Amino acid sequence: MSRTVSEIPSLRRLALVGNPNCGKTTLFNALTGLRQKVGNYPGVTVEKKEGRFTVGDVEVVVIDLPGVYSLSARSLDERITRDVVLGRQAGTDPPEAILAIADASNLERNLYLVTQVMELGRPVWLALNMMDLAAAKGLTFDLERLSQALGIPVIPIVASKGVGLEALRRKLAEPLPPVPTRRWRLPQVIESEVAALAERLRAGSWSDSAAAEGEAIRLLLGDVAEDDALPPAELQSAVNAARGRLEALGIEWWTAEAEGRYSWIHAVCRSAVVQPELFQQTASDRIDAVVTHRLWGPLLFAGLMLLVFQSIFTWAQAPMDAISWLMGRLALATRGVLSPGEFTDLIVDGVLAGVGAVVTFLPQILILTFFIALLEDTGYMARAAFIMDRLMRRVGLSGKSFIPLLSSFACAIPGITATRTIENAKDRLVTILIAPLMSCSARLPVYALMIGAFFPADRRLWGVFSLAGVMLFAMYGLGIAAAVAVAWLFKKTLIRGASPPLILELPPYRLPSPRTLLLTMLSAAWQFLYRAGTVILAIAVVLWFLATYPRDVALSRDYAAERAAVAEAVQRGQTPEAEASAYLQALENLEKAERREKSYIGRAGKLIEPLIAPLGFNWKIGVGIISAFAAREVFVGTLAIIYGVGEDEDAAGSRALSAALQADRYPDGRSVFSPLVAVSIMVFFVLAMQCMSTLAVTRRETNSWGWPAVMFVYMTLLAYTGSLIVYQTGRWLGLGG
Amino acid sequence: MTPVMTLDALAIGTAGRVERVRGNRAVAQRLQEMGLTTGVVVKIVRVAPLGDPLEVEVRGYRLSLRKEEAAVVEVSAP
Repeated sequence: MSRTVSEIPSLRRLALVGNPNCGKTTLFNALTGLRQKVGNYPGVTVEKKEGRFTVGDVEVVVIDLPGVYSLSARSLDERITRDVVLGRQAGTDPPEAILAIADASNLERNLYLVTQVMELGRPVWLALNMMDLAAAKGLTFDLERLSQALGIPVIPIVASKGVGLEALRRKLAEPLPPVPTRRWRLPQVIESEVAALAERLRAGSWSDSAAAEGEAIRLLLGDVAEDDALPPAELQSAVNAARGRLEALGIEWWTAEAEGRYSWIHAVCRSAVVQPELFQQTASDRIDAVVTHRLWGPLLFAGLMLLVFQSIFTWAQAPMDAISWLMGRLALATRGVLSPGEFTDLIVDGVLAGVGAVVTFLPQILILTFFIALLEDTGYMARAAFIMDRLMRRVGLSGKSFIPLLSSFACAIPGITATRTIENAKDRLVTILIAPLMSCSARLPVYALMIGAFFPADRRLWGVFSLAGVMLFAMYGLGIAAAVAVAWLFKKTLIRGASPPLILELPPYRLPSPRTLLLTMLSAAWQFLYRAGTVILAIAVVLWFLATYPRDVALSRDYAAERAAVAEAVQRGQTPEAEASAYLQALENLEKAERREKSYIGRAGKLIEPLIAPLGFNWKIGVGIISAFAAREVFVGTLAIIYGVGEDEDAAGSRALSAALQADRYPDGRSVFSPLVAVSIMVFFVLAMQCMSTLAVTRRETNSWGWPAVMFVYMTLLAYTGSLIVYQTGRWLGLGG
Repeated sequence: MTPVMTLDALAIGTAGRVERVRGNRAVAQRLQEMGLTTGVVVKIVRVAPLGDPLEVEVRGYRLSLRKEEAAVVEVSAP
């Protein structure tokens, strides 16, 4: 089985297994440093993380597995952990041994998983983490006795401070300890059923001899998840018959495993750990007295959310401006270095403009990732889920869906990735599908342009609120309302299922680890830049081609001749130089606009005009919307190009664009834009799925093309219908347009 | 022997001894895996601001569960 492993004696594969919140990731990072490799297990979305370290001539490979409470395989994470350790997971070699990690300050609950791991037929070490916190809690350990009672080596560590790691590393490179044996007992009738089933497993070679008993316990006493692979029919009928016999005796077999394990664990802990009194008032309690207080809790929560939003929009401004400026400089420098021509245009107007516009959002992504990681690392996230659960439940979700949705206000991509912490597969899917309805930062430039042009900031509503502010708030509100309605609808139709139970650990508050924060931010930045350098780059190039070609079109005037005439007039002194350069600039913009209109993308806009006219959109808006399907923020730049007001989006540029939008007329003299049209456009942007990267990440996370297709279709339909209702109702009410 | 009560009926700050976990098997098993087995003492620490879920202390750690799930846990006086 472990062929590659046993032939190379100096290589050792270990699986790292532990509960959530026990410091498993911290230990993994501390043991392996940057020697990590991250991938995905084929067919599932759970991350596959491997790291290495060397002790003498032994190379130790550590497989980091998801944090789980049990191996009962009720969630995807649990299933992966079980299958990887048993060597049943495709795409990874089975480990030779297991490194279990437990939180010493919460030992009984942590040992539950350890006892299950000990029955997998592999040698096991136990790293007892957070010894410092346990000591602070008043716990004292007789480690020798604990190791003897459990029957496995126990190594005390403080992973966050690096304490005991050298000893642990050395221990892991020593000869393997013996495979542990099961020391806890079930009631006698159940024991005989387990023994019979284990015999059957061994005889049919369905299971390793050493792991057969554990497997029999899992099969007989565990409640298998609906989507887990069922054992062969013959086994299944043996299991059902055994359960029937137990039920006939009045035995609730499904409670037997936890009862058996915990009573043994409790006895072990009583013999090896001196515990202080049962319920103590801790520092976490004093914090929670405020954080989850009836009044202060929600207020603090709202304040924190405000701070996060505020920082995304304000702190990010300076670095974003700097990146914009840098990109502009880079474009200028490129024009200076490369000779004028189509290739240079492609690089500057296609690649630099397209990728640059997206890279600008990096500071927002970093700030958001920082806050999310900080809230996660300190233990506040679990409290946010605790506070919000009641509200989320109304639409059939649980408090666990709240965090991913919150992240989606910056960008749906980290939001969708964050859904991995949701155990229930249906819940996770619904959360992924509604995440892009949260108004992300890429929509902000569109809202800002429309509101700036058609809803003056000095107009007041009821004398207090600025109309512009109310409009912006309304757009965010519309996204949330749509998400709530869609979640409710999905839970009633496509993804039916009762609201799953919320059974959530509230870990003690801890100081965040700068190392973890830094690694999280680095990894987010890398993923974002990687996307910008691949997918977005390709889209930018394609867009540029579509907006540039064909080149040899019949133009309405001879721009080259007019330019020559102006140059001549300047030379003869008839026209002042400043006036001429302004005129030349206007001429160039006009030509650009006309070429854009006659390009492939312009033709596409004209083609779809009849389709979008009922929404109040003309072909120019249509072109903007088409290009925005690659990335929403492209809309503003596209309009600027079509209206020939230059590509720069600085304050002066967007004022010029506003004026151009206000002045645009249909051939019959009607205004193209009105406040109603502006609202219609914004409603479209709130609801439409205009982000390739979101679709790509949805494909990855759901491992299907079906769900991104559902997302695209439902959101686009929603956007069309929404805009149609807004525009037609508005016209009917006589609101103009 | 005190009359049977359920966990959701305990007042904040009081504790109870788990007698039995009823309810659907999946939920019962998950609650038991998290440590709510016969004989263990559970204390109600607080209630979320909107009235649900509960925060309880069991086996030295904090667990949050909805009143709906707490209602399947039968407890007696500790």
